[in-house]
Amino acid sequence: MNVVVCVKQIPDPADPGALDPSTKTLKRDGKLILDESDSYGVEMALQLVDAAGGGEVTLVSMAPNSEVGGLRTALAMGAAKAVLVSDDALKGSDALGTSKVLAKAIERAGAADLILTATESSDGYTGTVPEMVAELMGLPSVTFAKSITIDGGAAKVQRQTEAGYDDVECPLPAVVSVTAGVVEPRYPSFKGIMAAKSKPVDEVTVADLGIDAGAVGWAGGGQEIVEVAEAEAREAGTIVEDDGEGFQKVVDYLSELKVI
Amino acid sequence: MTHQPLSQSVDPRDVLATDALLTDEERLLRDTVRQFVGDRILPEVGAWFDAGTFPREMAKEFGALGLLGMHLDGYGCAGTSATAYGLACTELEAGDSGARSFVSVQGSLAMFPIHAFGSEEQKQEWLPGMAAGELVGCFGLTEPDSGSDPGSMRTTARQDASGDWVLNGSKMWITNGSIADVAVVWARTDPDGPDAGAVRGFVVPTATPGFSAPEIHRKVSLRASVTSELVLDDVRLPAGAALPGVRGMRGPLSCLNEARFGISFGAVGAARACYEAALAYASERVQFERPIASFQLTQKKLVDMMTRVQQGTLLALHLGRMKDAGTLATPQVSFGKRENVRMALEVAREARSVLGANGITTEYPVIRHMNNLESVFTYEGTTEIHTLILGQAITGLPAFG
Repeated sequence: MNVVVCVKQIPDPADPGALDPSTKTLKRDGKLILDESDSYGVEMALQLVDAAGGGEVTLVSMAPNSEVGGLRTALAMGAAKAVLVSDDALKGSDALGTSKVLAKAIERAGAADLILTATESSDGYTGTVPEMVAELMGLPSVTFAKSITIDGGAAKVQRQTEAGYDDVECPLPAVVSVTAGVVEPRYPSFKGIMAAKSKPVDEVTVADLGIDAGAVGWAGGGQEIVEVAEAEAREAGTIVEDDGEGFQKVVDYLSELKVI
Repeated sequence: MTHQPLSQSVDPRDVLATDALLTDEERLLRDTVRQFVGDRILPEVGAWFDAGTFPREMAKEFGALGLLGMHLDGYGCAGTSATAYGLACTELEAGDSGARSFVSVQGSLAMFPIHAFGSEEQKQEWLPGMAAGELVGCFGLTEPDSGSDPGSMRTTARQDASGDWVLNGSKMWITNGSIADVAVVWARTDPDGPDAGAVRGFVVPTATPGFSAPEIHRKVSLRASVTSELVLDDVRLPAGAALPGVRGMRGPLSCLNEARFGISFGAVGAARACYEAALAYASERVQFERPIASFQLTQKKLVDMMTRVQQGTLLALHLGRMKDAGTLATPQVSFGKRENVRMALEVAREARSVLGANGITTEYPVIRHMNNLESVFTYEGTTEIHTLILGQAITGLPAFG
């Protein structure tokens, strides 16, 4: 079974990020790392390939500056190879532009039985790319998976909802987005780290994918960021004085949030 | 030349930006161990220390990660650089010296001699299981009456007419002894035998009749680590149990150099953990209506600690690069072990003073590191012995014995 995982390399969330005032987007000129939310998809893909008894995991990513640091982390976890789309023309790509590039890059990665993504990235949070990729590729889309099992030519997915989860099933190949936290991503082993440096990363441009540079990046953007503003400071939380019934107020509050 | 204005900001945890001296691969490996320590060691090590135990099950987790014998090639070992091994030691010891000691003993003291001096059969039999953490190893050199002067050892190995070796004697202060599956034991051969009394190494399965390893209790240092005595009472071993590749004290001393190299890095981790604990505490602890970090006396302590940790980091990294280049000399290993452990102990004591009364409980990591470092200070060559190795190196005059 061959699984493609879309992964994003993002600025390290541990370092305070900064916006570029000229483009009104996040500065991405420094070191990029594997988005933690993608590590769950990588782990799930590795588990599915293990369970199938064969096949491999291929990573697909796009980054403007040939960055491979995040890909090496996922290769060290056990992915076999990667396709990296890196091109100045990609700067400023919106979610649709990104989806067009990823869809073509997934095709280049070879025949896939399943395509996994995170539900959203930790730096952009549009949360729309997986569905658009599925649409562009003409494949079924299942979102918010908490578990996936493969049964013949179909994927059985437990799909998280506010109330619990739905059991859904779809034919393969399909694009499935994986909820963060549903599996425990493995540590890259040292052997994996040593092996990762020699695993192939197929670096391509948009032209290599047969995409017109005018259809992606700033040129192809279907949206424009007109203004950015400071987020409002968080307000102080509510303090519940315990008069003997304090627990009930906390329970009610958590129920309202649908946390419990 | 152009005159760029200098940046005013630095990372308080790495003021000299030493991180930039590492390769991407080294950074990924370092970050992996740091995450592992944060997930699996830090939450529990206070309790292990209090209980005076180190769970043997951790061996398999170390093995799965690739920590055991990580800088050895083949036989299931990861084959990393020596610098990478050092960086892993730093992260492990930022958790606890006991965790780093486990990995040092397994990789540098038990696996290394089998890898360097063992027969192909010995390597095949032991190394893959030890790399995976399924088998635990220990190293028997020190004896109750033979510490800094290991050549005075009394443990003997006699070969009888059948070719079997028979070992008698006892070893002391042996990390992992009671939980080991295999012990690499150094013993003096018969002065009239074919080895003419030379010290030789033996691979001893701990299940062999006559071998026992009572645990040493009542320690107030390295409590999250198993320390034992090894008793060898007519332990009979086949001829193939001797390590064929080395005779004389060069064998055990080369293992010690490996471990001492790792300690040069490890001590930096303990020191860094103490400095970071003190910095965090001083920033939060309010006295006289101000954080104590705002007081000049406290700032001096923090800056002194930071400076020493950064210097120790650079020293360790320099040794790592030399070891990988094949140019590292024994006195340089002594320099690293002596200086960085001394540094770490001083930093730990300074950090302990910043934490006030809180500095003496295992709720905070500082006193645990400080007590551990008292062991690290004298094991793997006391600070005095390393001083004399360096003294001889710069004067040409040996001051031993």
